[in-house]
Amino acid sequence: MGLAAVLPIDLAIGALVCWLLLGLAGLSLQGMPRLVSGAVFPAGALISLMVLVVGIWGAGQGAEAAVLPLGLPGLPFHLRLDALSAFFLALLGGVSFGISLFAAGYLRHMDGPTLGLLCLEYHVFLASMGLIFLADDAYLFMVAWESMALSSYFLVTTDHKIPDIRRAGFLYLLMAHLGALAILLCFGVIQGGHGDYSFAAMRGNHLSPFWATAAFLLALVGFGAKGGVLPFHAWLPEAHPAAPSPVSALMSGVMLKTAVYGILRVTFDLLHAPIWWWGALALGLGLLTALFGVMFAAVQTDMKRLLAYSSIENIGIILAGIGLTLLFHSYGETALAALTLTATLYHSVNHAFFKGLLFLGTGSVLNATGERNLGRLGGLIHPMPWVAMLTLVGTLAIANLPPLNGFVSEWLLLQAFLLTPGLPHPYLNMLIPVAAGALVLASALAAYVMVKFYGITFLGQPREERLSQAQDAGLWERAGMGWLALGCLALGLFPVFVIRHLDSAVALLAGGSIGATAAQSGWLFLTPVAPARASYSPLFFLLVIVAVVLLTFLVVRRLYHGKIRRSDPWDCGYPAQTARMQDTAEGFGQPIRQIFEPVFLMERHLPDPFDRQPVYRVQVGDRLWQWLYLPVARLAERLSSLIGRLHHGRIHLYLMYSFATLLFLLLFTQ
Amino acid sequence: MALPLTSQLINVLAALLLLISFAMLSQRRVLSLINLYAWQGLVLAVNTFTVAYSTGQDHLYFSAALTLLLKVLLLPWILHRLIRKLNVKWDVEPLLNIPVTLLVGIVLVVFAFNLALPIAQLAGTITRSTLGIAMASVLLSFLMMITRRKAVPQVIGFLAMENGLFFAATSTTYGMPMVVELGIALDILVGTLILGIFFFQIREAFDSLDLKHMERLRED
Amino acid sequence: MNQTAGILFQLGQSLLLVAVAPLWLGWVNQWRAWLQNKRGAGLFQPYRGLAKLFNKEALLAHRASPLFRATPYILFGCMWLAAGIVPVLATSLPYSPAADVIALVGVFALARVFMALAAMDVGTAFGSLGARREMLIAFLAEPALLMVFFTASLISHSTALTTIVETLAHKQFALYPSMAFASVAFLMALLAENARLPVDNPATHLELTMIHEAMVLEYSARHLALIEWASSIKLLTYTVIGIALFLPFGIAQAGDWSALPVAVGALLAKLAVAGPGLALLETLSAKLRIFRAPEFLGTAFLLAVLGMLTHFLLET
Repeated sequence: MGLAAVLPIDLAIGALVCWLLLGLAGLSLQGMPRLVSGAVFPAGALISLMVLVVGIWGAGQGAEAAVLPLGLPGLPFHLRLDALSAFFLALLGGVSFGISLFAAGYLRHMDGPTLGLLCLEYHVFLASMGLIFLADDAYLFMVAWESMALSSYFLVTTDHKIPDIRRAGFLYLLMAHLGALAILLCFGVIQGGHGDYSFAAMRGNHLSPFWATAAFLLALVGFGAKGGVLPFHAWLPEAHPAAPSPVSALMSGVMLKTAVYGILRVTFDLLHAPIWWWGALALGLGLLTALFGVMFAAVQTDMKRLLAYSSIENIGIILAGIGLTLLFHSYGETALAALTLTATLYHSVNHAFFKGLLFLGTGSVLNATGERNLGRLGGLIHPMPWVAMLTLVGTLAIANLPPLNGFVSEWLLLQAFLLTPGLPHPYLNMLIPVAAGALVLASALAAYVMVKFYGITFLGQPREERLSQAQDAGLWERAGMGWLALGCLALGLFPVFVIRHLDSAVALLAGGSIGATAAQSGWLFLTPVAPARASYSPLFFLLVIVAVVLLTFLVVRRLYHGKIRRSDPWDCGYPAQTARMQDTAEGFGQPIRQIFEPVFLMERHLPDPFDRQPVYRVQVGDRLWQWLYLPVARLAERLSSLIGRLHHGRIHLYLMYSFATLLFLLLFTQ
Repeated sequence: MALPLTSQLINVLAALLLLISFAMLSQRRVLSLINLYAWQGLVLAVNTFTVAYSTGQDHLYFSAALTLLLKVLLLPWILHRLIRKLNVKWDVEPLLNIPVTLLVGIVLVVFAFNLALPIAQLAGTITRSTLGIAMASVLLSFLMMITRRKAVPQVIGFLAMENGLFFAATSTTYGMPMVVELGIALDILVGTLILGIFFFQIREAFDSLDLKHMERLRED
Repeated sequence: MNQTAGILFQLGQSLLLVAVAPLWLGWVNQWRAWLQNKRGAGLFQPYRGLAKLFNKEALLAHRASPLFRATPYILFGCMWLAAGIVPVLATSLPYSPAADVIALVGVFALARVFMALAAMDVGTAFGSLGARREMLIAFLAEPALLMVFFTASLISHSTALTTIVETLAHKQFALYPSMAFASVAFLMALLAENARLPVDNPATHLELTMIHEAMVLEYSARHLALIEWASSIKLLTYTVIGIALFLPFGIAQAGDWSALPVAVGALLAKLAVAGPGLALLETLSAKLRIFRAPEFLGTAFLLAVLGMLTHFLLET
C-alpha cells in the first residue's frame, strides 16, 4: 500500500491502537517507573502529535468511513472521520501533546505499580475520547463513552485512600451513568424504531417535532451532565480537582469537549430542522451556567476547585454559543449561524488550551509545595519563575484579554449577539442583545477570578515559610506547559488562519462558513462580517504595545537614568507588615459573596471580639445541592429501602422470587 | 432617519418619561418620589404641547395646560403638605429589594414593548411608537404600587399610573375627548384628597401608615 | 488620500493625545480647585510632577518581581494604543480597524489586570486591597460600558468606532433617545473606570477609601510617573470616546483634510467645556461607600439596557 493510499482515518485508528498498546506497555513496565514516565508518556505525546496532524489534515478531506471487523455478530463497529470529528481530534491531539509531555516529568516520582496502572488508564482515556469522535454508530459511541467514563473514574480515584476522593469519584460515576442513560435513550428516540443504530441511518430518519424535541432534550441532559451544565454540575468541582493534575487538565480541557461534540453531533447532524426554542433554551441555560460557574469560582479557596468552576463557566459560554447557533439555524440565517458556530468551536479549542495550561500550572505548584489551598500559597513567582511565567499566559488568556486567544472567541461571540436584530421574532430581537450583557458580566468576572487566582498563588509574600524552598518545574513540565502557552498565543494572534481551518466543520453543521469573509482584509485583520462592521487585529495590538514598551524604556533610560534602590515596602505607618496581612482567598471573594449573596448558601463563623485565638471561617455551599440533589438522593434512598424489605437473607426466599418470576413470564408468553 | 424634528422630540420625551418611571421605582425616599412625580408631569405637559403643536389639535393645548397645573403644581403641593402633616418617615420600605425590582422592571419593559408593537402599527398617529413606553410606564407604576409597603408611595404609584394612561391616550389617539379628560382630572384630584383623609384615619387607627396593619382587618 | 499620510496622521494624533493628556488633567484639576474656592496649582502642574518623578531614583521593594517593574511600561503601551485608535479629529485612520470598541474595552481590561497583579506583587495589605477593589469596580463597570457601545453599534450597524462616528456625525441629523440614556450610563462608567468621584477619590490617601491609589502605593519615580501619565491618557481617551459617541459634530470626514482646522477647534472647545463639567460633577458628589458602588454601576447598566430597548422601540 503506497503512502498516497493511506487515508486520515486509517492513521487515526492506528493512533488510537498505539495509545492502547502504550497503555499496556506502561502496565507491563511497572517495575521500571523511570522508563514509564520517561519513555512511554513521551511516546504517547508523539502519538498525540500525530492525531493533531491527522485532525488538521482530515478536516480538509471529505468524510471517510471505515468498518471495523470487531463488535457483536452482525453489528460491526462503524467509524467515520468527517470535518467535525477531525476538528475535535485535532483539539484532542493538540492539547494532549502538551499534557503528556508534562505528565512525563510530573509523574516521575510515582511508585511503580500506581504509575503502571495510571499509564494504562491514561492512555485508555485518550483512546476512548478519540474513539468517541470517530464513532459512527450509537453502539460504538456508547462503548467509547462508557470506557471514557470508567477510565476517567479510575484516574480520578488514583489517590483512593483519601475518603473525600472516593466520594468525589462515586458522585462522578453516578452522574456519568445518569448522563449515559439519557444519551442511550436519546439514540433510541432518534433511530425511531427502525432498529438501525448507525448514524448514517439516523441521519436519514425524519422525526416528528415532538420526538425530535424529546431527543434534543435527552441529549441536552445527557451531554450536559458530562459537561457540567446547570443543574448537572455538582460532580465537576469535586471530581476534576481530585484527579492528578495532568488528568484534571485532560478532563477539563478535552473530556468536557466530548459533551460539546455530542450536542453538536446530535442536534446539527443527526436531527435536522431545529426548532427555535431549543436554541433559546440552550442559550438561557448556557448563560445561567456561565454566571453560576464564575460566581462560584470567585469564592473558592482551593486553586483546583476554582479552575473547575471556571470550566463550568466556559462550558456555559460554549453552550450559549450553541444555543445562538441553533436560533440562527432554525431561522435559516446561514451566515450568522456560521459565525456563531465558528465562535463556539473557537472557544472550545481555546478553553482546551488555556484550561489545560492552568491545570498543569497548579500541578507544578502542587508538586512543589504539596498545597492546593490558596490560603497557604503566595510569592511563588520567585522560586518558580518558569511556572509563573507560563501560567501568566494562561491567566491572561482565560481572563479574555487581548491579544490572547480567549478574547478572540469572546469577541466573535459578542459580534454574533449583536447581529440578532435580524431575527423575525420581536422578543428575541430585544432580549438577546441584552443577554450579551450577561456574557460580558461573566467574562469580566472571569478576569476578577483570574487576578485572584494568579495574584494569591504567585504574587505577594509567601504565606508559609517553606514556600520559598519550592522547586521550579523540570524540563518536561516546562515543555508541556510551553506548548500549551504557545498554543494560546498562536490561537490568539492568528485568528484568520484558525478560522480557515474551522471552516469545513462549520460548513458541515451550519451550511455556510465565514473563512472567506474573515480574511477579506488580509490575514492581519479579522473581519467576521464585513470590514466596515467590525475588525480586529491581535498581531497589530501586540506589536504596538511591544513597540511602545521598548521605546518608552529606551527613552526613559536615555533621557533620565535607570537608577534603582531596593528597600522595604512602604508600611503606611504600621509597625510591621506580615504575610498574614495580605488579602486571603476568602478576602478576595468577599465582595462577590456580598453582592451575589442570595446565590450562595453561606455558613459563617465570626470570631468574638474577646477571643484569644480568633477563628474566622466561611463556607460557601451550593443551593442547588440542597434544592435538587439532596431531595433526589433522599427519594432514591427511600425507594431502595422499600425494595430492601424484600431482602431477608434466606436463600430459599430468593429462589422463590426467581420461581415466581419464571412462572409469571411463562404465563405471560403463553 | 426621516422623522421630523418634532416627532424626534416626542420620542426623546417619551424616553425621559420611561427614565423617570424607573427612577421612581428605584427611589428610596418619599420626598424625591414626589419630586419625580412632578417632573413626570412636566415631561408629560411638554410632550402634550409638542404633539398639539405638530398636529394642530388645539384641544391638546388645554390638556397640556391642565396637566401642568394639576400634575406639576397642585398635586405635588398637596402631597408635600400631606407628608409634612402626617410626619411620614422619609424612607420608602420596599417589599422586594431594589435591584430585583429593577430587573423585573426591565422584563416588564420588554413585555410592554412587544405588546405594543402590533397595536402601534394599527394607530395612524405620528406618536404611535411611544405607545410601548406608555404601556411600560403603566406597568412600572403598577409594579411600584405592588412593591411598596407604605401608603403614600402607593398613592404616588397610582397617580403615576394615571400619567402613563394619559400618555398612552395622547400617543394613540391624540388624547381623549375634553370632557373625559376633565372628568379624569377631577377624579384624581378628588381621589387624592379622599386618600389624604384616609391616611389620617389610618394613622389614627393604627398609629402607622404601614399597610401591613390593614391585614388585621380581615375577619378570621 | 495616500496611505502614508494616513499613517502619519494617525501617529501624530496619538502622539498629540499622549502629549496633552497631562495638560487636560491639569485643566480639570484647576477647575476643581476653583470650584472649591482654592487657587489651584496651575495648568502645567501635572507636567512638573512627571518631570520631578522621572528625575528621581526609583525605589523598589525587596520582593518586587519583574512583573512589577514591567507593569508601568505595559500600562503606558496599552493606553498609547487606545489613544491611537479612537477617532479624535478625523475618521480617516488606516489602522483603526485593528480594534473596534469591544477590543478597546479589552485593551483597558488588559492594562487593569496588569495593574492589579502588580499591586499584589509586593504583598502589602493595601496593595491587595486596592487590587481587589479595582477588579470589583471593573467587573461592574465593564458590562455597563459595553452595553453603551452596543447601543451605539446597533444604531450604526457596526462596532468599529470610526464607522459609528461617521454614522452619528455625518448622516442626517437625528435625536437618538437611546443615546441619551447611553450617555448618562457612559458618564457613570467613565467616572468609575477612571477612579474619579463618587466611586474613588483621586486626591485621597486615606487607607480605607482609596482604590487606585492603594494599588500604586509601592511605585516611585519613573514607574510612578508612567502610571500617572497612563492614567491621565486613560481619562482623556475616555473623554474623547464620549465626545466621539455623543457629540461627534465637527469631526473631519475621511479624506477631507480641509475640515481639519475646524475639527481641531471643535475638539478644543468640547474638551475645554468637558473639563469644568467633570470638575463640577466631582465637586458636587460625595464619595460612595464601596458597597454602594454596585448600585451605582448597576444603575449605569440599567440605563444602558434601557437605552438599547428604547432603540428597538423608537428607532427601528
